[in-house]
Amino acid sequence: MDELLRDFLTETHENIDVVDVELVRFEQNPNDATILNNVFRLVHTIKGTCGFLNLPRLEALTHAAETLMSKFRDGTPVTGEAVTLVLASIDRVKMLLDQLEKNEVEPAGDDKDLVEALGRVSAAVGSAPKELKDSQPSEDIIEQLERTNRSAPAPHIRSAPQAPSLAVQIDPTDGDDADRRDDGRSDSRIANQSIRVNVDTLEHLMTMVSELVLTRNQLLDIGRRNVDTEFKAPLQRLSSVTAELQEGVMKTRMQPIGTAWQKLPRIVRDLSTELGKPVELVMQGAETELDRQVLDLIKDPLIHMVRNSADHGLEMPADRRVAGKPEQGTIRLAAWHEGGYIVVEVADDGRGLDTARIKELAIARGLVSAPDADAMTDLQIQQFIFFPGFSTSAKITSVSGRGVGMDVVRANLNQIGGAIEVRSVFGQGTSFILKIPLTLAIVSALIVQSDGDRFAIPQFAVTELVRARKDSEHRIERIKGAAVLRLRNKLLPLFRLSTLLMINTAVDDDVGIGFIVVMQVGGQSFGIVVDAVFHTEEIVVKPMSGKLRNIPMFCGNTILGDGAVILIIDPNGVAQQLVGTTSRQLTAETASTPETTGAAAESMLLFRAGSPQLKAVPLSLVTRLEVVDPKKIERADNRSVLQYRGQLIPLILANSDMKIRESGGQPLLVFSNENRSMALVVDEIVDIVEEQFAVELESATAGILGSAVIKGQATEVIDIAHYLPLAFEDWQTWQDQRPTASPSQVLLVDDAAFFRNMLAPVLRAAGFVVTTASSANEALALLQGGRRFDVVVTDIDMPERDGFALTSEVRANPRTANLPVIGLSTLISAEAIERGRQVGLHDYVAKFDRPGLIAALKEQTAGLAKAA
Amino acid sequence: MSVSEENGQQENGQEYVTATVGGQLFGIPINRVQDVFAPDRLTRVPLAPPEIAGLLNLRGRIVTAIDMRRRLGLEALAAGSQRMAVGVECRGESYGLLIDVIGEVLKLSDSSREDNPINLDPEIAHVSAGVHRLDNELLVILDVERLLESAVRVEAA
Repeated sequence: MDELLRDFLTETHENIDVVDVELVRFEQNPNDATILNNVFRLVHTIKGTCGFLNLPRLEALTHAAETLMSKFRDGTPVTGEAVTLVLASIDRVKMLLDQLEKNEVEPAGDDKDLVEALGRVSAAVGSAPKELKDSQPSEDIIEQLERTNRSAPAPHIRSAPQAPSLAVQIDPTDGDDADRRDDGRSDSRIANQSIRVNVDTLEHLMTMVSELVLTRNQLLDIGRRNVDTEFKAPLQRLSSVTAELQEGVMKTRMQPIGTAWQKLPRIVRDLSTELGKPVELVMQGAETELDRQVLDLIKDPLIHMVRNSADHGLEMPADRRVAGKPEQGTIRLAAWHEGGYIVVEVADDGRGLDTARIKELAIARGLVSAPDADAMTDLQIQQFIFFPGFSTSAKITSVSGRGVGMDVVRANLNQIGGAIEVRSVFGQGTSFILKIPLTLAIVSALIVQSDGDRFAIPQFAVTELVRARKDSEHRIERIKGAAVLRLRNKLLPLFRLSTLLMINTAVDDDVGIGFIVVMQVGGQSFGIVVDAVFHTEEIVVKPMSGKLRNIPMFCGNTILGDGAVILIIDPNGVAQQLVGTTSRQLTAETASTPETTGAAAESMLLFRAGSPQLKAVPLSLVTRLEVVDPKKIERADNRSVLQYRGQLIPLILANSDMKIRESGGQPLLVFSNENRSMALVVDEIVDIVEEQFAVELESATAGILGSAVIKGQATEVIDIAHYLPLAFEDWQTWQDQRPTASPSQVLLVDDAAFFRNMLAPVLRAAGFVVTTASSANEALALLQGGRRFDVVVTDIDMPERDGFALTSEVRANPRTANLPVIGLSTLISAEAIERGRQVGLHDYVAKFDRPGLIAALKEQTAGLAKAA
Repeated sequence: MSVSEENGQQENGQEYVTATVGGQLFGIPINRVQDVFAPDRLTRVPLAPPEIAGLLNLRGRIVTAIDMRRRLGLEALAAGSQRMAVGVECRGESYGLLIDVIGEVLKLSDSSREDNPINLDPEIAHVSAGVHRLDNELLVILDVERLLESAVRVEAA
């Protein structure tokens, strides 16, 4: 291709992108002459160069656009319609440029449609020109520009979009010429400091530096093996120079993230017009730099997310008015450095994610069972938007909502070792947070050995290393073959690397001894068991050979310092593999993560029933422990019953595998509710412990709430709510027939699913109708949604808004100002009680004081009944 | 350099690097051969197709080693046997074809070349670009493109 033409194309592509951005800015600030001059100048430059290169189609089109813009310069009011027309012309110019690049000639045809339309609008606005602001007639400027262009037909300067001399001449409206001149000079200084380098040249340089790093590593390895060598000093020098060179070359690949954002203002403007929603796009941190290759990979996902925000995130102006928000929605893009990562946030102040609808869809799609979904926090439910084909948009629009989206975004990010999170508050907005590695070429990796082979595990996915020995505190335990490790009161699922890679030569899969590489990918934590861990090494990631690229477990290979080829484990590939084979284990794992916040010291009764595994039940739920003579147990109506304190109470086996003892004392756990009691038959009452633990929810087994590490042992926490109806077939009807005319409506707010699941049945058993909410915001939404509640029971210690804040909000709303609120807390101090009184809590109850809570509820609802 | 010159002079002839795999003589067009080397320190690749013998470092390049016996459906060589590798390049990537014994460079004229006999074993026929009649034996011409390309196909299936 002609050198001149190539330069023209490169230059014009850049200019056109700037015009796009500037025009949108101009539409918003029609009185900003600087922007207009900028646009005008760029279009004029293109026009001038087209004339020089004999490109008549482009010249005619840009000329018409320029004519219209010159009217704006003359003070004609700017209309959206006119800007749209100019933008359409810019699009046509882009199309022509693309053709030109492919074929090196302008495509046949003409642009009469646009040229005429532009002319019409020019004529229409031209008929009523305002008074000229400029003292200098615009024609003069054009002539000057043309002269300049003739002398420099193909500008080579990249970083300054305009020739500095022009900046002075064509900005006559600005009185302060001296300032302008200064600006121009500083521009030119920047311009002279940068040169245009072909990307291939940089890529080649990068490859060579990567090779150099590898050679350096090899030399260092030799140096390590030979202690006394005269090479030592020069080797160290070589090493540091290489490191600097590597850093320097990496810098040349760095580009501001703003280059990926350039197209966004235009996209948002078009969307805004198309959807009829005024949108403001705020961009912060555009100068944040990251690797060109990474930038290319995130460009499209970013555009997709901004489109999503505009289409789904923001409400229509009318709805926004109703919600008390400004009509104009805001989309905020921000980027900043954090560790070895770039964090990009795409946030909108729109309607937020509709957790209820997502839950509904997830259940409908079979992604989760209804009871599982009920146990999930909002945050967990929101994660479903990253599932393939998941779209909550009721209608499909041309913009988004086709159900291809967030899963692709997440996949793209995972591919490069990045991550995405969503945070959303219903009614207030959604924010996506992308964590992107600065570069892909060189990563720090942990070198491990498994079954005689070495592998590299990228450091970014490794959270810690644990040495497992048979007798140490970190020992590996098994639940029917599945290996787990207790790590800070949590169970970590373990997998042997050699098993995952199917290179296990040993018949016996003994995971008793080894190193555990604890990895975190997305929300999943798991441990990979390896035989040995060597060291960390900066490795240059080389792509796998084409034949091996479809093995998901590896993301590349490299040559180590000692010259051996080593495979790089792909953490995402491993995670996906695990999801495929053991999804249940991992869901349990991820589901548990937020629950740890609900960890609290509580008295638990430990017992065994049907299996050697320990079971536990909160002691606060148990009325009495009894050991009875089995002879006293009677069979009536095919059920076991016991004469107990003048009552006939039903006995329920805690586990269907067990039997009531024939002789000796039979231990029972007695549960009572008002005047009804039942007894749970167990094999052995083991202990009562008081300790802080985290329950990992898992509701697949009926009667089991989840599992927890109690006293260092994996223990099943049983669900009393499951057994009550077994004891009393008429439990529900009996509940409904009780004398209370209309049962009191209780709103139970607790961020920990464990406590919601534990307290709700207790309160229901006491005759209340219970609705649960997992956060203060969810509770407020329910209250504001018009549902009537007689009393609110809220946990005090919750993330984001705590119980005090919730109470204040309830008080602030005139509709709920008198609604009784009972606070629950594990920790009750005098200050807390005082603070509770100030915000308007009616009562304050310890979290495990069940009778206290029921008494408080009765008191509050009785008061309400009297008042009513 | 001298090779290509000779190629240019010899209009209707072609030079081959010969190698034996499982008793059969194969010829690889010399312009495809980059190296002949003794494979050292193979890194095995778990989960890879069976014909992938592993990866190795050849002067700073990562080379994918292909076990020709496996590739051609022949029985594996006895453990511990010394093998050789022929380095070839295909679509910008380096491969090492593991063979039993490396032979010599033969210049063969087109007159001794024939198409594949129709009863040739399909696995060999697929990667064969024809057969040369030598005095004592037959030489199968290896089509390197097909050899490496079909490996991808097999793997994808």
